[in-house]
Amino acid sequence: MTTDHETSKIEVTLLLEAIYLKYGYDFRNYSSAHIRRRIRRRQELTGMENISAMQHRLLHDEEFFQTVLYDLSINVTEMFRDPAFYLAVREKVVPILATHSFIKVWHAGCSTGEELYSMAILLKEAGLYDRLQLYGTDFNELVLQKAREGIVPAKAIKDYTDNYQRGGGISSFSDYYTAKYERALLAPELKKKILFANHNLVTDQVFGEMQMIVCRNVLIYFSRELQKKVITLFYDSLCRGGILCLGSRESLQFSGLADRFSQLVDGEQIYQKMYE
Amino acid sequence: MAQREQKKIAYDAIVIGVSFGGLQALLSLLPSLGADFPVPIMVVQHHAAQADDFLARHLDSLCQLQVKMAEEKEMAQAGVVYLAPANYHLLVEDNQSLSLSVDEKVNFARPAIDVLFESAADAYGARLVGVVLTGANNDGSKGLRCIKEYGGLAVVQDPQTAEAPSMPEAALAACEVDHVVPLAEIGAFLNTLLMGKIKDERRTSNIQH
Ligand SMILES: C[S@@+](CC[C@H](N)C(=O)[O-])C[C@H]1O[C@@H](n2cnc3c(N)ncnc32)[C@H](O)[C@@H]1O
Repeated sequence: MTTDHETSKIEVTLLLEAIYLKYGYDFRNYSSAHIRRRIRRRQELTGMENISAMQHRLLHDEEFFQTVLYDLSINVTEMFRDPAFYLAVREKVVPILATHSFIKVWHAGCSTGEELYSMAILLKEAGLYDRLQLYGTDFNELVLQKAREGIVPAKAIKDYTDNYQRGGGISSFSDYYTAKYERALLAPELKKKILFANHNLVTDQVFGEMQMIVCRNVLIYFSRELQKKVITLFYDSLCRGGILCLGSRESLQFSGLADRFSQLVDGEQIYQKMYE
Repeated sequence: MAQREQKKIAYDAIVIGVSFGGLQALLSLLPSLGADFPVPIMVVQHHAAQADDFLARHLDSLCQLQVKMAEEKEMAQAGVVYLAPANYHLLVEDNQSLSLSVDEKVNFARPAIDVLFESAADAYGARLVGVVLTGANNDGSKGLRCIKEYGGLAVVQDPQTAEAPSMPEAALAACEVDHVVPLAEIGAFLNTLLMGKIKDERRTSNIQH
């Protein structure tokens, strides 16, 4: 085994430690294969000789740290991603939400907010808009800024329209945006119901009592231990009978809390917190 | 044979990348692997975004080995074939558990072969076999080169037997490949390589029979 190879693993460990000590962001329990990939890619892009050089720069140059933070938080998202999930929410979750006099929905790890705008559209079409508050949180301020703008690239509209329809949309997706050159502005009325805030799932506390929590494609980046911790946080933040939605390849199986939830929809990671 | 002193099993895992023509190639290869295959096999196949677990179930019913969709954080077990789910990159962690990621596409693909190969090379070092099969792009060649750099073994489907030759050709151009094997013989080749029945003679350009 080449020593370079081992050395680079050590360097990554040290870099994560440095980030934690200097900036308070804790990536030490993230999936290391994925972290390593992102760090090496940044190293390639900047042409730095090794990861230690990156660590040095990052400790002394906060702007560079922001770039690396951006690298480490995978922000890829889309509107109505996994249409079958949205269809299941329409059919199986909406009737439960409708029993509440006020509905608070928290999207954790919301990236640039496409999920929030999708959920706002869905719940508007379900007639729940008047008693609704959506919260979108992420630990990356740059994506939150974009989320607040509510602008998506016009070239994505075709896919989003397709997703929207397959996800059970009952209106026309074009009702919800105005295209301007290469950008599409999402309807301002959607924004009114959404509050974006900075929240770190690893280091911050309970966010409030929610009727529904959506956290998709975030836990896959965490170690099992960290997943457990975060799912406990969700459990504590849900009302009785509250709904927890995970990504299509995530599950509660190893959270230690699986028996406190029931799976609401077969084949979808949609769970309901037990009443007792 | 005289030179049977070779180490028993030189490898801990196999990674396979396949694109256009992949279903046929996997149908030919995977069922021929023996029931007591001693290492895990991770497979990236480029497929339509909406593909479900049907392929895994279908292959499972035809193979002696268990075939399943990879689940995040599960440990890679000997004798199991793990398929990357549609829309997720598949990675191997140092502790040989599996990870999924929705990171941006690589080579226009998610899952991407390079992502699997590079992370597996990190996890297994020299004890890894990389196999590039039919495909109409060049995904996998960077990953295969990485496997070679870490001392692993590179196997490529003979392009003449590939439904789409460009992916195996790109892999051949990218690094010094150890074995070029016709599709119909890859299963038998891996059986003998992993069950210790042939000498692992590196850098022969073709296996002889
Ligand atoms: C792949 S995106 C998922 C976006 C969206 N939920 C979806 O499924 O389309 C993962 C997001 O999780 C965020 N994230 C990662 N670690 C986090 C943490 N510790 N606290 C809050 N957000 C985090 C990242 O910044 C990124 O925006």
